[in-house]
Amino acid sequence: MEQKKRIGQLVSRDRYLLVMFAPVAAYYIIFCYLPMVGLLMGFEDFKMGSGFAGLFTSPFVGLKWFKQFFGSVFAWRLIRNTFLLSFYSLIFGFPIPIIFAIAISQLRSASFGKTAQVITYLPYFISTVVVVGMMTNFLSPSNGIVNQIITKFGGKPINFMSNPSWFRKLYVISGSWQTFGFNSIIFVAAIMGIDPSLYEAMRVDGASRWQMIIHLIIPMISGTIILLLIMTLGNLLNVGFEKVYLMYSPAVYETGDVISTYVYRQGIESHNFSYASAVGLFYSAVGFVFVVSSNFLARRVTGSSLW
Amino acid sequence: MQQKIAHEYRSPDSFLSESLQDKVLDIIILVLVLFAIVITLFPFLYVVSVSISDGTAVAKGEVMLLPKGLSMDAFHMVTQYDQLWISYKNTFIYTIFGTLANVVFTCLGAYPLSRRQFFLRRKLNFFVAFTMYFSGGLIPTYMVVTALGLYNSRLAMILPVLISTYNMMICRSAMENVPSDLFENASLEGANDFYMMLHIAVPLIKPTLAVITLYYAVARYNDFFNAMLYLGKAQLQPLQMFLRRVLILSSSEILQQAGTTGAAAAAQNTLKIRYVCIVLATLPIFCITPFVQKYLVSGTMLGAVKG
Repeated sequence: MEQKKRIGQLVSRDRYLLVMFAPVAAYYIIFCYLPMVGLLMGFEDFKMGSGFAGLFTSPFVGLKWFKQFFGSVFAWRLIRNTFLLSFYSLIFGFPIPIIFAIAISQLRSASFGKTAQVITYLPYFISTVVVVGMMTNFLSPSNGIVNQIITKFGGKPINFMSNPSWFRKLYVISGSWQTFGFNSIIFVAAIMGIDPSLYEAMRVDGASRWQMIIHLIIPMISGTIILLLIMTLGNLLNVGFEKVYLMYSPAVYETGDVISTYVYRQGIESHNFSYASAVGLFYSAVGFVFVVSSNFLARRVTGSSLW
Repeated sequence: MQQKIAHEYRSPDSFLSESLQDKVLDIIILVLVLFAIVITLFPFLYVVSVSISDGTAVAKGEVMLLPKGLSMDAFHMVTQYDQLWISYKNTFIYTIFGTLANVVFTCLGAYPLSRRQFFLRRKLNFFVAFTMYFSGGLIPTYMVVTALGLYNSRLAMILPVLISTYNMMICRSAMENVPSDLFENASLEGANDFYMMLHIAVPLIKPTLAVITLYYAVARYNDFFNAMLYLGKAQLQPLQMFLRRVLILSSSEILQQAGTTGAAAAAQNTLKIRYVCIVLATLPIFCITPFVQKYLVSGTMLGAVKG
């Protein structure tokens, strides 16, 4: 009784906040939590056309779809491709913004550094469709500039986009091209946060500029580096569906097909809703483990986490 | 309020008075940054050059960096194509209304979550943050959206992506940093939470809001995923869907409407048409992003490092 009264008081005190949050809560319930309930269909034989209500009437089949997925020849290939695409993106893509940020901070002209930054972060805002479109056309075996150059030097045109051994390289390089400038912003800011008197002290001691980079800048931004690394690891399996979908074709499924594109083909294109949601659930669950552990790690290592 | 003071340290020694080692480092850094600028700009420059060059020179592969000859015929062909203008119009509708809805809902969610005395604050923070860890995935979300009757509806481009939890967290952190006595004073004078959000919180986090608005606007402008899933009608499709058809699949529709016949003429124009489309599609992004540049650092910083 007493408790109820207290809650009533709180509700009336915070009524404006509650009213304000209500539409936001509605969004989260409908578009985030309802789909989680929808994951039930991964354990059912859900038929298209039975609508959302079919979720509660479809026959329960247990782990049938999971067994089917892990028993199929695709499971290993999809997991491997998903992992390798993100892993190579991390190995190749993570250090470049750091190196670039250090270079920017060491330029003799501050205004040139600003200009370089403004230019290099532009590609980040370009759509995936345009980036993949440029790549496809630059690499086209008939009229792409890359193959024109190759043939000019007497080489044979390479059909890059339909060659499985090029898929990962193209994905990683284009991704890095698009994001290195933007991702360097945070490191540039971290370097600017270093107290100038530390540089002065090193200079008085006769340190070279290279020594300043190694013994001052890198140690001072290592906290930022580690935090971002952990956060990137948390999203390691979050391969951009859109980009793979736009880049790949059946010819490169061997290296290019990832879990999310497979889910799309199975679910949206072939209407195997139950099977596709089971595979999707597996993907979400692995992603959950990654994010939770990275957040835990971030809290342990740096004492701060994102939320 | 949130910004640390940025120190900039540039070496006080002139280039000539430096040691040889430092000179070499200076040169390496300059080359590195110049290289970064060149590889960022080259694709765009090349695309623009091809789009305005003479068709024969393009077909012969003579255009490498600067335009050869001048011909705007591809621009005429593309701009006469109705579907371009339909999709342009659609994209602007989705971008303007989508961004507006995004920003309004983000503030509506961020403000209550930032109020320390709000009795549901911790619970709701978890309710929101959990969706960053786990999601229902593609298929159940697709089911929910179509069950709501949003298939082939313009709202499908706005409602499922109404709030980005990450952006709302950035916004919340910024609001938390507003000095609390401002709210206390206003509250003593009888202001309610709606008034305080609009007249205290929002004006004080303008730099953060500017960055968030940019992120949202770019995401809405570039959205291909939702259009692909939910918009089957060409009349409703945004620019990115049009671009994908022209850039990655085939440009024959434009060529046909322009009355181009013959394989040679088609080959000459295909590349130019595609590059014209890239130019037209990326122009708005290139025009807008530099203006928000000055806010970018503080906004990004806030997102990654809390407090």
